[in-house]
Amino acid sequence: MSTREDGAALVERAIEAARRAGATDCDAVFVEGESSTASVRLREVENVVLSRERRLGLRCFVDHRSAAASTADLDGDAVGRFAADVVGMARIVAPDPVSALADASLLARDVPDLGLDDPAGLATSPEERVELARLCEAAALDADPRIVNSDGAGFSARSSRVAYASSRGFAGEYRGTGYTLWAAPVAGADGAMQSGSWFDTRRSLARLEDPGSIGRIAAERALRRLGARPVPTQEATVVFDPQTAASLVGHVASAVCGGALYRRTSFLLDRLGEAVASPLVTLVDDGRLPGGLASRPFDGEGVATRRTVVVEAGVLRSYLLDTYAASRLGLATTGSAARSVGDVPGASPTNFHLQAGTTPPAEILRSVDRGLWVTSLSGFGVNPVTGDYSRGASGLWIERGEVVHPVEEVTIAGNLLDMLRGIEMVGDDLAPRTSVAAPTVRIGRMTIAGR
Amino acid sequence: MTTIPEKVAPATAETFFFDRFGLDARALESTLGAALARRADFADLYFEHRSSDSVSLDEGLVKKANQSVSQGAGVRVLAGEKTGYAYSDEVSLDQLRVAARHAGAIAAAGGESRAVGLAPPGRPDRDLYPVPGDGVRRPLPERVALLERIDREARAFDPRIRNVMASIGTEQKLVLVANSEGELVADVQPLLRVNVACIAEDGDRRQQGSAGGGGRHAFAWLVDDEERALRFAREAARQAIVNLDAVDAPAGPMTVVLGAGWPGILLHEAVGHGLEGDFNRKGTSAFAKLMGERVASELCTVVDDGTIASRRGSLNVDDEGTPTRRNVLIEKGRLVGYLHDRLNARLMGVPATGNGRRESFMHYPLPRMTNTFMLAGTDAPEDVIRSVDRGLYAVAFGGGQVDITNGKFVFSASEAYLLEGGKIGRPVKGATLIGNGPDVLTRISRVGADLRLDDGIGTCGKDGQSVPVGVGQPTLRIDGITVGGTRA
Repeated sequence: MSTREDGAALVERAIEAARRAGATDCDAVFVEGESSTASVRLREVENVVLSRERRLGLRCFVDHRSAAASTADLDGDAVGRFAADVVGMARIVAPDPVSALADASLLARDVPDLGLDDPAGLATSPEERVELARLCEAAALDADPRIVNSDGAGFSARSSRVAYASSRGFAGEYRGTGYTLWAAPVAGADGAMQSGSWFDTRRSLARLEDPGSIGRIAAERALRRLGARPVPTQEATVVFDPQTAASLVGHVASAVCGGALYRRTSFLLDRLGEAVASPLVTLVDDGRLPGGLASRPFDGEGVATRRTVVVEAGVLRSYLLDTYAASRLGLATTGSAARSVGDVPGASPTNFHLQAGTTPPAEILRSVDRGLWVTSLSGFGVNPVTGDYSRGASGLWIERGEVVHPVEEVTIAGNLLDMLRGIEMVGDDLAPRTSVAAPTVRIGRMTIAGR
Repeated sequence: MTTIPEKVAPATAETFFFDRFGLDARALESTLGAALARRADFADLYFEHRSSDSVSLDEGLVKKANQSVSQGAGVRVLAGEKTGYAYSDEVSLDQLRVAARHAGAIAAAGGESRAVGLAPPGRPDRDLYPVPGDGVRRPLPERVALLERIDREARAFDPRIRNVMASIGTEQKLVLVANSEGELVADVQPLLRVNVACIAEDGDRRQQGSAGGGGRHAFAWLVDDEERALRFAREAARQAIVNLDAVDAPAGPMTVVLGAGWPGILLHEAVGHGLEGDFNRKGTSAFAKLMGERVASELCTVVDDGTIASRRGSLNVDDEGTPTRRNVLIEKGRLVGYLHDRLNARLMGVPATGNGRRESFMHYPLPRMTNTFMLAGTDAPEDVIRSVDRGLYAVAFGGGQVDITNGKFVFSASEAYLLEGGKIGRPVKGATLIGNGPDVLTRISRVGADLRLDDGIGTCGKDGQSVPVGVGQPTLRIDGITVGGTRA
């Protein structure tokens, strides 16, 4: 590896350059990452990808005007020219009196170790990475003779460093790693094919689920879809498995983020203190969850991250806010500013989880007299403004508590507020493998469109 | 911005990369040689410099101006079905050699070292997007002024328009591809895009509408005599106001008439992805065994055409340096063609079709669509609508998605109406339509004469890579597709 300027020094240099160019306030973020991915298909190596990247992002204020930019050109005096250009852009946009850096009193004072960085796994050799993928796919291929093809299996290891500094005196840096293993076998019978996939992703390689287990679950998910067919159009109970329930929770996460509120694009607008979900629903956003996939010691504005109870026993208690959205709404930031390198910060969820309930998922399924157990959703049929919901679904048909047959080519529809209020059971099976996560949930009634 | 080349024509794109990174043809040849050190079939180098600007307005204020410059290079090595790829945003001969060694490790050891001799820089004999110099961009004050006009135009449409969100994005991308077959090709790819979204409020009802467009145009395209930017503003406002009165959508299979233009996302999802070469080589597409078979009614001819001037999905050359083409996928109902990049074309023993595309230097190419559309039929669109006694008329859509392996696809209407007795009735709330790719086009019973391509808003995602695409179609009637409303 060639010698490169340290990220912390680079953001300080960018701040100084912006100051010299006339910025009255500014902050800078530098992200550096490396990744390695190996995939196999039908037991042979298919792809090996290696990457390294680094980007500098800079936001400059000239009084209440601001602009942001990013660059990968960090050599020599390029950073000075870059800073001057950003300040030049800021002078042209409209002044926005609300727009400002985070208040100094809110900036992170410590950078706690959140267990995000486990470099031990980065030492694995290319051959070991291929072998993990191979074991994972082999378990899927060998699970059943009806596994007839494969979209492959893969392993990736990533490391990143984030450095941040602002003209208000805060500077911080943190590192993180991530490891992902996945398999995507294809099952076939009677001339029809079905894909299934499963994965795990962790901050630490040692905590990654066993390759054989991931492969076998992926195979099972493909196999159980064989013979799927639509059901007649009707209203019925719908059970969301943890993956599809997570997508539901994701719609709520988007609706409670600052930008959606002051822009008036959220179905949860003006509902603080209101019962927006069943009393079984408690949603927590925790930016400092140890080992969390979206954990970080400070947010994209240097503000200390925290644990925020968003919905408590069904009642909307808090939005997720960055400094700008908080000022607009007359509230305080929740340390939720996310920031892509070249953009201005905007509120976004971190580890956003529907808290586990007490009912085992098997019991939830047994409780269903007639309904759909949804295991996969597709499409973009969610209107964030009204909460109207209509998505493609596949899964398993349940009658009198038993799986009857697999289902595909149906939609499920309703309104998110009605759906949240209609949650009748929450499973005890919260096992986050994505930053937005949920256990199994049962919703009393939705419209299923099919045959 | 001083770090961005101000005026670059394709003729000088390779000079730009050579000057910027201190490289020459000899350096590329030696890097390709290093990539081929083991038993590889093919290697290529991809250099990219992308500068993009975006400015956005919200609540009547232009609050946000962004700029981004990214650059880097990727080295790819193919051996049998294997791909090795390494990339870096640090471009130097040393880094390229490291990347070449890493990518080349995919191939089996042994083999003889091969010398690569690059031909003089080539370029396509046409320029589909002859935007002079830096014409896609305009100084920030000019873009700010246009956003303010868009805001006023949308609000003037109806007092119930409560918020307008608009943005203008411009991009200038320079690419250079060199490969082990001696080809050296450069291109300059401008891209312009405007989006408008409106929020309408009436009492306790709140709704949204959106519109937009763009392509590989000069900025002037937005503000010439057609005043397209203002048309998009009115269109977004109109859709938001229409949706205020939307009633619950019906649920279940019914006759659906799709409007011309962007509803062609049907073709992109239902058949386009399933005809991409990688899935068919691997046998994981629902279309894998259907070449030559009937997959649509005789009224349907579907093409993917990367050669239409100035279109969002068009390219002079794809991201492997292959000139784009017009590829017929379905001819009068029969499946006749797949979309190929070099890897899948070689493995299937057919020519590449100019569909090898990648999001950026951080990605290796995949077979992808360009502009995918159905050719015009003969029916007057009014007659198609009049022919339906009970059904749905959908004219605007959000996104769509497909499961390649089982063929099931969805796409979600954002503006639709009930059809009753051959007449357009009340607007209905957005609903997802779901169907089966190899089957849905066989149910097309009427095809309008009004072929239209979309306004230039499409972005297609595959394996985590996003690329700009176009779609289009005439007005169509489908006899039976499942509509996912709430009214069972």
